[in-house]
Amino acid sequence: MASRTVVLIGTRKGCFVLESDGQRRDWNLRGPYCEAWPVFHAVMDASSGAIYAAAASDWHGSAIWKSTDLGETWTHSSEGLAYEDGRRLSKVSNLAANHGRVLVGVEAPGIFESTDGGESWSLKTTLAGQPGSEVWDDPANQPPGHLGLSALIGDPESKDHWWAIVQGIGLYETNDDGATWTPRNRGLRADWPREHEEVGFCVHKVVHAADRQRMYQQNHVGMHRSDDAGLTWTEITEGLPTEFGFAAAAHPHDRDTFHVIPLDPGHGRTMPDGKACVWRTEDAGSTWRRADAGLPQSGAFVGVLREGMAADTYDVPGYYFGTSTGQVFASNDDGGSWTEIASYLPPISSVEVAVLD
Amino acid sequence: MADVHLPMTLTPLFPGLPRKLEVDAPTVVGVIDELDARFPGLRDRLLELGRPTIRQHIHVYVDRERAGLDTPLETRSRVDVIAAISGG
Repeated sequence: MASRTVVLIGTRKGCFVLESDGQRRDWNLRGPYCEAWPVFHAVMDASSGAIYAAAASDWHGSAIWKSTDLGETWTHSSEGLAYEDGRRLSKVSNLAANHGRVLVGVEAPGIFESTDGGESWSLKTTLAGQPGSEVWDDPANQPPGHLGLSALIGDPESKDHWWAIVQGIGLYETNDDGATWTPRNRGLRADWPREHEEVGFCVHKVVHAADRQRMYQQNHVGMHRSDDAGLTWTEITEGLPTEFGFAAAAHPHDRDTFHVIPLDPGHGRTMPDGKACVWRTEDAGSTWRRADAGLPQSGAFVGVLREGMAADTYDVPGYYFGTSTGQVFASNDDGGSWTEIASYLPPISSVEVAVLD
Repeated sequence: MADVHLPMTLTPLFPGLPRKLEVDAPTVVGVIDELDARFPGLRDRLLELGRPTIRQHIHVYVDRERAGLDTPLETRSRVDVIAAISGG
């Protein structure tokens, strides 16, 4: 049976779906979905094929939207999606669908779980008691956009084992499905004072290499790599144009190959010099090279956010990234060249890809 | 019976929900509870999740006066629920 390639785009004005076949040359765009609510992250549950989208309307609040027909129809729910201790849930920001459940990271930091396909939610953890939690549990530190739970990273081999990133605090690992946590930030750099030895790092994005023992991390001050599943980190920034960025994607089959999109670290947070570029290493960060064939090389002051890049799983993998100005670029030849497959979308928050048989 | 007028952003979220309908309730929160019973989940779209507070950008008027959840309704009161200015 021919493959279908489905790219989910979360934007400030709804969720969009780009669809192609296994060749990934011609694309069909559908949307906007979710009543054009701001969508911060949209993912597909590989086991059920359901799409989940974390969205927050300025008027009507946060909800998780769900589609079981690749976006044609949607339902939404926020039942149970509230703190009972007085903290305000201002935004749902990050989703993970695996092992028969859906997890959503929220702001103020916490993780809610649904075991009934997104119909209802219950609080799973706030990582209470972890070093740094006194910062994120302080209501004075919880304006929207700060100190949220910005990533949930699953382990396909174990429901109990996964990671979470608290924005501006660091990476945490659990081996008992969220009951207890351990900070995993040893070796990271921070250019600011920290109150705790183990936390206080601004971790933007963590992705696994093909073997899952290796992890790559883009944070506020540098690219880092771990060869022991996050226990220790080594900086690999040298050779990149800036130390700052958000989006990253690993090769799905080669543990040494990895991609990142460095950005101007100041107010601009766009690609340096107006030249759109993905940077690629094929030796685990020892050396880097530009992978920019087909990308605009002048006047392209575009940014890409932390969930804005994804890799598919074909033998010759494809990569996808969406920009803060609404373009989606794709490579169907393992990063050898890029094609603009959508040009005029709203500002893009997230890009995820699924291959369907 | 109060005449309740809802914002256009709300009706697409709940199949069958009209822009205007009649609700028998003594207060604004009573209207919202009644609507939530008819259209499960509607309360969460007008009030803060888990809190008895009208959302920041949702305004409610009773007989053209700004109202709160406890504002009482008269027979034939008009209740306007407004999605206030928010972003672009």
